[in-house]
Amino acid sequence: MNFPILSSLILLPLVGSLFVLFIKDNTSKNYQNSKYVALFVSFANFLISIYLWYLFDNSTSEFQFIENKQWLKGFVNYKVGIDGISILFILLTTLITPLCIISIINSINFRVKEFLIAILVMESLMIGVFCSLDLIIFYLFFEGGLIPMFLIIGIWGGERRVYSAFKFFLFTLLGSILMLIAIITIYWTAGTTDVIQLYELGIDLKYQNLLWLAFFSSFAVKTPMWPFHTWLPDAHVEAPTAGSVVLAAILLKLAGYAFIRFSLGLFPIASDFFTPLIYFLSLIAIVFISLVALMQDDMKKLIAYSSVAHMGFVTLGIFTVTQQGIEGSIIQMISHGFVSAALFVCVGVLYDRNHSRMISTYGGIVSIMPKYSIVFMIFTLAAIGLPGTSGFIGEFLILVGAFQKSFLVAAIASLGVILAAAYMLWLYKRVVFGNLINKKLLKMPDLNKSEIFILWSLVIPTVFFGFYPEPLINTVEVSVNNLIEMYNYNLTASVVEFKK
Amino acid sequence: MNNLNFIYPEIFISLSILFLLVLGVFKKKSSNLIYNLSIVSLITTLALIFSYPLESNVNLFNATYKIDFLSSFMKILTMSSGIFVLIVSPKYLKIFKIFQMEYPILILCSILGMIVMISSNDLIVFFIALELQSLALYILASFNRDQIKSSEAGLKYFILSALSSGLLLYGCSLIYGFSGSTNFIIISETMNSSQYGLTFGFIFILVGLAFKISAVPFHMWAPDVYEGSPTSVTLFFAIVPKIAALTVFIRFLYLPFLNVIDQWQIIIVFLSIASMVFGAVAAIGQKNLKRLVAYSSIGHMGYALAGLAAGTNLGIQSSIVYISIYIVMNLGLFSCLLMMKRNDQYYENIEDLSGLSKNHPLLSLSLMIILFSLAGIPPLAGFFAKFYIFTAVIEQSMYFLAIIGLLSAVISAFYYLRIIKIIYFDLEKEKYDTDYNMGLKISLSLTTLLILLYFIMPSRLVEIVSRINII
Repeated sequence: MNFPILSSLILLPLVGSLFVLFIKDNTSKNYQNSKYVALFVSFANFLISIYLWYLFDNSTSEFQFIENKQWLKGFVNYKVGIDGISILFILLTTLITPLCIISIINSINFRVKEFLIAILVMESLMIGVFCSLDLIIFYLFFEGGLIPMFLIIGIWGGERRVYSAFKFFLFTLLGSILMLIAIITIYWTAGTTDVIQLYELGIDLKYQNLLWLAFFSSFAVKTPMWPFHTWLPDAHVEAPTAGSVVLAAILLKLAGYAFIRFSLGLFPIASDFFTPLIYFLSLIAIVFISLVALMQDDMKKLIAYSSVAHMGFVTLGIFTVTQQGIEGSIIQMISHGFVSAALFVCVGVLYDRNHSRMISTYGGIVSIMPKYSIVFMIFTLAAIGLPGTSGFIGEFLILVGAFQKSFLVAAIASLGVILAAAYMLWLYKRVVFGNLINKKLLKMPDLNKSEIFILWSLVIPTVFFGFYPEPLINTVEVSVNNLIEMYNYNLTASVVEFKK
Repeated sequence: MNNLNFIYPEIFISLSILFLLVLGVFKKKSSNLIYNLSIVSLITTLALIFSYPLESNVNLFNATYKIDFLSSFMKILTMSSGIFVLIVSPKYLKIFKIFQMEYPILILCSILGMIVMISSNDLIVFFIALELQSLALYILASFNRDQIKSSEAGLKYFILSALSSGLLLYGCSLIYGFSGSTNFIIISETMNSSQYGLTFGFIFILVGLAFKISAVPFHMWAPDVYEGSPTSVTLFFAIVPKIAALTVFIRFLYLPFLNVIDQWQIIIVFLSIASMVFGAVAAIGQKNLKRLVAYSSIGHMGYALAGLAAGTNLGIQSSIVYISIYIVMNLGLFSCLLMMKRNDQYYENIEDLSGLSKNHPLLSLSLMIILFSLAGIPPLAGFFAKFYIFTAVIEQSMYFLAIIGLLSAVISAFYYLRIIKIIYFDLEKEKYDTDYNMGLKISLSLTTLLILLYFIMPSRLVEIVSRINII
C-alpha cells in the first residue's frame, strides 16, 4: 500500500475546515452549505476509516500502514502507523464526529461556521494522536487539541464557561508540560523518539520511574483520574452538547490509549512498580466518585462524574496487564464512547427544549416523550453494564482481569457496578417516571428526525457489540497479546539483571 | 583595504543617512519621500549583505571587526525587521502628526549602530556602536513630544540607560586595565578565573547587557518605556534592539569569557529564571496591551537566555531560533495593535479587544493564532521555539531550569488566554476602522501564515541556524 491512507485521514478534516472557513455565512443558504460541507467531509472520513478496518490485517501485531517522512531533520520523523489497538479509536473518532455535526442543528444557533471548523480541526488532531508513532508527533497532536476544545467550551458554553475553559486548558497544559520534559529526556538518553525503536531499545532503568511519573501527570489529568478530575465536571457542564460529546467520547480516550501505548509499552518496570498506586486511585474513582455522582442535582454533572468512574474501571483494567483486563479496558472505552456520547445527547435534548439541566425540573416525561424514554432507557442500562450491551462486556472483562491479580481490588471494583446502577436508575426514575408536576413540560415535542438518527446510530453499535463483541476482540487480540508478552519479557529480564 | 567589500552594508547605510539628512534639510515637505527612500536604502543594505559569501569568517581592521555567519544572519534579521517596522507604521505616525523626516533617519541610525554592534570584536567599537543605537532610541521613545507619557518614556529610558552604559563602560575599563587590550581575542587569551579584576569587569558588562535586553532584575525601564512610546516605536523596541543585544551577549559569553564559563553560567541561569518567572507573573495584572507586551517580552528574553545558559552550540542555535520566531510573533501582534483604530484614535487596552471576533473574524483569528503561539501551544511556531530551547537545556541535564521554564510557560499561558477570552467570549463593542494600509495587511498575513504553517517545514530555519558554530 503506497497510498498514504492515514495521512489522508488526518488531512481530510483540515481541508474540509478550510473550505468551511471560506464559505460566506451571510445568507441562510450558505449557512446550510457550510454544514453540508462539514458533514460530507466527516462522513467521507468515516467511510475511509471503515475501509481501513477492512484492509487491516488482524493476524499480526506489527504496525501497519506505516508512513515515515523526514520532518525535523536528524531529530524527529513524521511517523504514523496503526495496530489493533489504535484502529478502534480511529473508528470511534470518525463515527462520533459526523454525529456531533448533526447534533449542532438543534443546539448551536450562533457562529455555526466557527464551531464546524473547531470540530473538524479537533477530529484531525485526535486521529493524529491515535496513529502517531513518534513521541514528539504524538505530543503535537495531543496538545494541539487544547486550542479547539478551549474555544468550544468558551464560546458556546453556558454561564460559567470562561471559568471552565480556563480550568480545562491550564490543568491539561500543566500536566502535559512535564511530559514534554520527559520526552526530551528520552530523546537525549535513548537517542530517538520513535516509538517502535524505543520498544526495542527499552529505556534506562534509572530514569524509568521519574519518566513514568511525568507521563502519568499528563495522562492522569486527561483521563481524568481522581484527584485530577476536577476540571471535567466543570468543562462538561458548561460545554455545548456537541462539545460534551467530543470531550466524553473521544478526548477522554486519549489518555487511556496513551496509558496502553506509552506507559505500559515504554516503561514496563516503572508501570509494575506503580501498579498499586493506579489501583488505589482507580478504586477511589470508582467508589468515591460514584457516590459523588449519586448526589448531583445537575444531569450533566452526574453523567460527567459517571465518566470519571468509568475511566476508573479503564485504568484499573489496563494496569492489571492481563489479556482480559486490557481488552476489557479497550472495549469499555469504545463502549463508553457510544454510551456517554448518547447520554450527553439525551441531556442535550431536554436542555434544548427547556433550558434546564436540573433533575428537579423534570419528572413524568415518559407520557410526553415515549420515543425519548426508550432510547434513554437503553443507554441508562448500557451505562450500568447490563448484559447485552457493550458496557457489560467491558466491565466484565476488566473484573475478570482484576480477579486474576487481586481479589480485594476486584471485590471493591464490583461495588462500583452496583453504585452505577444506583445513580443511573435513580436519575432515570426521577427524570422519566413519576408524576408530571411541571406544566411547562407538556409542550415539549418528542425527538425530531435528526435526534432519532443520532441516538439510534449509537444504539446499534452499543447493542450489536453487546451481543457480538467478536469483531472488536479479534481486532485487538494479537496486539494486546504482543504488548503483554513484551511487558512480561522486560520484567523478567530486569529481575535477572537485578540478581546479577 | 581589499576587505572593504565586507562592510559595504555599513558604508552604504551611513552614506544614505547623510544623504537623507541633507535632502531633508534642503527640500521642504519631503517626509514622505524620505520615508520611502529609507525603506529602499534598508532593502539595498539588506541586499548588500549577500555581496560576500555568508559563510566567510574574517576579522577586519586589526581584528576589531568580525564578519562571520552569526553576524551576517543577525544583520539580515535586524534589517528585515527594520523594514517591516517601517512599512507598518506610516498610518500611525500620520494620525499622531509625527510623520516627520527625522523618524526614518533615526531608525536608520539606530540600525547602523546595531549592525556595527553585531559585528564588533573590540570593546571600543562595541561601545561606540551601542551608544549610537541607544541615542537614536532615546529620541525615538520621546518622539511624540506633545504627549507627557512619551516624553516621560524617553527621559526614563535615557537616565536608566545612561546608568547602565556607565556600568558597562566601567566594566570595559576594568577589563582593559587587567588584560591590557580591548580586543576580544586577546582578552580571551588572558581571561582566567583567578584574576578577580577581570571577573569584576565582566560582571559589570553582563549587567549592562542584561539591561539592554531587559532581563530581570534590570528590566524596570521596559514597561514604562513600552507604554509611553508611540506604538510604532514600541514595536521597534520590542524586536530590533533585542537581536543586536542577544548577538553581543553571545559574542561576549562565548569569545572573551568562554574560559570562565563556570562563573557566568550560574548568573545566566539566574537571569533566565528570574525573567521567565517575573515576566509570567507580572503580566497577569496588566490592563494595557503595550505594558503586557513589555512583560511578556521580558519573559521571552528569559527563554532566549536559557538557551545561552546551556553553554553549547546547540544552546546558542536554539536561542537564535527562539529570537527569530519571537520577532515574527511580535511583528504580527503589533500589526494587530496598529489596526485597532476607530475615528483616528488608537486603542491599546485589553478591554478594547472585547468581542473583536464578531466584527473582525479574520483579524481575530490571526490574533488568536499569534497569541496561542506566544503561549507556546503546539503545533504553532512558538511551541517549536520553546521546544528547541528545552532540548538544548535538557541535553546539559539542567532539569531545574527546564521545569521552572515550562511552569512559567503555563502561568504565561494564562494571560494570553485571557486576551483570547476577551476577543472571543466577551460582548462585542463598536467596529474598528478597516482602512488598513497595504503594509499592515502584508505583515499581518505573512506573520500569521509563517506561524501557522511553520510545522510543515520546521527544519528549514534550524538548518540555516545550525551553520552558526561559535565554540
